[in-house]
Amino acid sequence: MPLHEEHKKRAGRNYALAGVLLGMVALFFVVTLVKYGVM
Amino acid sequence: MQMAAPIINQNVREDYLPGAGDFFALLKPRVMSLVIFTAFIGLVMAPGDIHPVIAFTAILCIAVGAGASGCLNMWYEADLDARMKRTANRPIPSGRMDPQTALHFGVALSTASVLLMGLMVNMVAAALLLMTILFYVVVYTIWLKRRTSMNIVIGGAAGAFPPMIAWAAVTGGVSLESVVLFGIIFMWTPPHFWSLSLFACKDYKAAGIPMLPVVAGEGVTRKQILIYTLLMVPVTMLPWIMGFAGPVYAITAAVSGAIFIWLSISLARNKDIKTAKKTFFYSIFYLFILFAVMGGEIIIGRMI
Repeated sequence: MPLHEEHKKRAGRNYALAGVLLGMVALFFVVTLVKYGVM
Repeated sequence: MQMAAPIINQNVREDYLPGAGDFFALLKPRVMSLVIFTAFIGLVMAPGDIHPVIAFTAILCIAVGAGASGCLNMWYEADLDARMKRTANRPIPSGRMDPQTALHFGVALSTASVLLMGLMVNMVAAALLLMTILFYVVVYTIWLKRRTSMNIVIGGAAGAFPPMIAWAAVTGGVSLESVVLFGIIFMWTPPHFWSLSLFACKDYKAAGIPMLPVVAGEGVTRKQILIYTLLMVPVTMLPWIMGFAGPVYAITAAVSGAIFIWLSISLARNKDIKTAKKTFFYSIFYLFILFAVMGGEIIIGRMI
């Protein structure tokens, strides 16, 4: 596999993982607010 | 029938790095979409209130749990998938992914979905989700699928749990109504998969999977499809009889059920692939329309 393609794929995977982690953080935060009756 | 041993060492492509799309493909997104849909209807049908954020979390957990089950199924069945045209291009049999990576991914997602459900929704829903994942992976994939032609009858229970989990997410328990929702999908699964297996028979035979047409023949399968359809239609009427679905649902269930029976009768008479395909695609539409009308009627009723 050409190096630039490998880098592109790794970047895609990293962005996807970052998106999932950020989503989880946001979800945990919002659910905590709901559980505490803030929302 | 001789059992095929699962692949342990797979010829993984050295020149390929699995991308996000390959990981997503492991989750069986098409199956996942039906699971999300039926779970959403379970959520709508359940009595009581649930905060939209908690409802979203419950659906997310069910979707991730279903995806994780699909991933673990693909990990265990890589050897069978490699022998079937329909599944040979999946990430593991095509060599795009190392089986070990898929196993880790599936276990991580299963654990995360159950923990998240338990911590953020409730323990009953989490326990049901865990049971569903274990049922699909251990009972269906590992135990039944390679051993018996009744694999899909018993294993089909795994696909029937999502509305029940969603119901438990709202009410915190299991009730007769949620068991009825389970029953509809449970009874729908055999005619759905057996009509698929009628036109994918060669694939299943090549892979050594003892599906009903491979073991008992196409004639028996066609008869069984008709029997299960006849048993399924009264079950679909139960939500209306029990009073938790409206008259529009009752009419839809009766009419679409009658069409399903008519298709099953013509499938038993005509021994062609075309009718099998028609029955298979109709079964997908049938389940969709049943749940859509059931949930839609409740939503509209609450709005009026």
